Amino acid sequence: MALTRKRRRMVWLGLCAVGLGTATALVLTAFDDSLAFFRSPTDIAERSVPLDGRIRLGGLVAADSVERIGDGLTVEFLVTDTAYDQIVRYEGILPDLFREGQGVVAEGMLSPEGVFVADTVLARHDETYMAPEVAEALERAGHGPLIAPAAAGVEASTVDDHYGTDSLVQP
Amino acid sequence: MIPELGHFALILAFVLALVQGTLPLVGAARGEARWMAVANPAAVGQFGLLLLAFLALMYAFVVSDFTVSNVVQNSHSAKPMLYKITGVWGNHEGSMVLWVLILALFGAMVALFGRNLPPTLKARVLGIQGLIGVGFLLFILATSNPFLRVDPPPLDGTDLNPLLQDPGLAFHPPFLYFGYVGFSMAFSFAIAALIEGRVDAAWARWVRPWTLAAWCGLTLGIALGSWWAYYELGWGGWWFWDPVENASLMPWLTGTALLHSAIVVEKRDTLKSWTILLAIVTFGLSLLGTFLVRSGVLTSVHAFAVDPERGIFILVLLILALGGGLALYAIRAPRLQGGGLFAPISREGGLIVNNLLLVTATLTVLVGTLYPLLLDAVGGGLVSVGPPFFNAVFIPLAVPLVAAMGIGPMLAWKRGDLRAALGRLWFAAVVVIVVALGAVWFWAGGPVLAVLGVAMGLWLVASALTEMAERIRLFRIPLVASWQRFTGLPRSAYGLTLAHAGLGIAILGMVGTSVFRAEVIEIMAPGEQIEIAGYVLTFDGVRDVQGPNYISNQGRLVAESDGNQFVLTPEKRWYPIAQMATTEAAIATTWLADIYVALGEPRDDGRWVIRAWHHPLVPWIWVGSVIMVLGGFVSLTDRRLRVGAPRRARIGASVQPAE
Repeated sequence: MALTRKRRRMVWLGLCAVGLGTATALVLTAFDDSLAFFRSPTDIAERSVPLDGRIRLGGLVAADSVERIGDGLTVEFLVTDTAYDQIVRYEGILPDLFREGQGVVAEGMLSPEGVFVADTVLARHDETYMAPEVAEALERAGHGPLIAPAAAGVEASTVDDHYGTDSLVQP
Repeated sequence: MIPELGHFALILAFVLALVQGTLPLVGAARGEARWMAVANPAAVGQFGLLLLAFLALMYAFVVSDFTVSNVVQNSHSAKPMLYKITGVWGNHEGSMVLWVLILALFGAMVALFGRNLPPTLKARVLGIQGLIGVGFLLFILATSNPFLRVDPPPLDGTDLNPLLQDPGLAFHPPFLYFGYVGFSMAFSFAIAALIEGRVDAAWARWVRPWTLAAWCGLTLGIALGSWWAYYELGWGGWWFWDPVENASLMPWLTGTALLHSAIVVEKRDTLKSWTILLAIVTFGLSLLGTFLVRSGVLTSVHAFAVDPERGIFILVLLILALGGGLALYAIRAPRLQGGGLFAPISREGGLIVNNLLLVTATLTVLVGTLYPLLLDAVGGGLVSVGPPFFNAVFIPLAVPLVAAMGIGPMLAWKRGDLRAALGRLWFAAVVVIVVALGAVWFWAGGPVLAVLGVAMGLWLVASALTEMAERIRLFRIPLVASWQRFTGLPRSAYGLTLAHAGLGIAILGMVGTSVFRAEVIEIMAPGEQIEIAGYVLTFDGVRDVQGPNYISNQGRLVAESDGNQFVLTPEKRWYPIAQMATTEAAIATTWLADIYVALGEPRDDGRWVIRAWHHPLVPWIWVGSVIMVLGGFVSLTDRRLRVGAPRRARIGASVQPAE
């Protein structure tokens, strides 16, 4: 059953529509439960936005706040945007560049008791870089626009196009 | 002086690219043979000049010339020589030089080896290639000069990012660029064909080797990158659905589609306009990847200090190439008349299914990658789209694709017999069912997805081998006769078997490590033991080691199981110049599984956090990828690609004016 040109064009269009339809359906169902919205400590403290579902929390690790609890594998620390602090609990090995006073992005859920239970903690491995989430959190808390400080004298270093993941040292 | 020579060579290459991008195109439009002939020397000359510039930059890195800003920021006198050399492309400016160098390499190869191309087509292809070169050379000269001097020069450099000081990553960018840039050839051929207004089997035969070469490079580049992520990031993940990874996956998917649709154009003289569209879109996605990575518009893209000017420049190039290409396509594509007709169940039909699924998968990945950007642009808040999204959309599309991959090669051109094809696959089906059931039994009601994944991988391997067995009529005619048939097959037949089976092996690896991996995390004192997946790991303590440009805490563990013994030495390194720590995981492999150990933080009492994983089948991901690339190379040596295309009928008076 060879197809005429006209019928073949119709089949083509039909196939494309099926493809697009499938893609749309898949995307919509997957979006429902796999999007993580960014929230700052202020958002959580003021409860001004919905806080259910997965959240990415950005801010600075507060000084002297990192504490090991229980078996020593679980860590608790405060993430601050200077206006409010949020307590974060995480079990596992922290990224190499996780330091007090440095920017951090934690991903996880807010527990009913108000503790942010993170399953992923990301720290940038470049000291001159500030994750957009962290910058935005600080900015919203009233710090004015923050620009990643450049190394004195020369442009800040760029490392390009290798692997996105190397910027996020994932534990 | 040498950096200035390099800079000057870059400028000269830009001027030559301008010549290459104009005269041959005009010449082809007006039928002036001498204008068209300019393309050859211009392309070769451009390559020579860029090679000179690249070597000049490499020289600056090798001798640690700290009067050059780029060397200061990305090198250090104590850095090992290998990383001084690879550091040339370990930064934005240097990697752009590599980018245009490879672009010019492809142009020069067409100029030198494309003797049997019709002169107008060759002139137009080289002209388009020259225009792409103009855009990117201007970009380098205007925004990213790698030869910028600093005054006064510092005493020493700030070192290359330690994560990049690694053999896996050192060679990842050149292969990746080879792939990205290689698709520019398909793009140039597509645009040239649109200008000429004709696409035929000969055209497809010229395009295919370039696409195949680019695809091999990109596959190898992606595999190297994921291998690097696996052993360097310290927890054994090999794919993160990070925007930068997606940026390389999208052209790979459409490039794979292009590779297959070009076969249809060549063999059956149909699907022409679709193939042209794929060629344009694939290169467009390569440029989009470059834009996403270098503009820093996406959160997890690692653009550390971003110059918005660069992003806008690449965006403009992207819009020009993609917009111009698609506009020309819209005007000219209706002229391309399809040739052979075919039934839905046929080899062509199978390849269309393959194409549609690959393109749909690309679309979903594109949506997931760009969605945070769009939402932020309309003020919808910052959001991240994570692996759950991509797994949820990608896997349902991959399953039918893999199923079709097994059946497609069995169908005849024009009109296939599905029942006969399925009948010939009975052996493959039996193997799949038996082993999949075995897997369910073994893991006692293991997850359905795991069984499905294992079945998919096996299906691909088994069906690829069955297809080969069918071709040589194994066991139906005497073995000697089968062997003669085997040696007489065209190389592309081996390529098909290798590439499809390779993907199957890679899928088995992906499923194995995703579903069956085991993990323990423990605070250990020297002498203590932990057990994982039948292995007993004994911790021997940690000692200090001095590296060339780092100091390291090196742990020692002995893994034992049934007389097998491995010594694992995970490290935590500190790079004092770059002020950065890295985790070097230790991996022992049996080729069926990896034991993967990472050293965590020390405790005050001399104990250390140790994290160990058992990753079943994980090496197969890269073994499979290498087999796929091998398939590509074997296919590339096919006689019909070497000998070249059948001679075209004379074009004569039908030369079209350029748009």
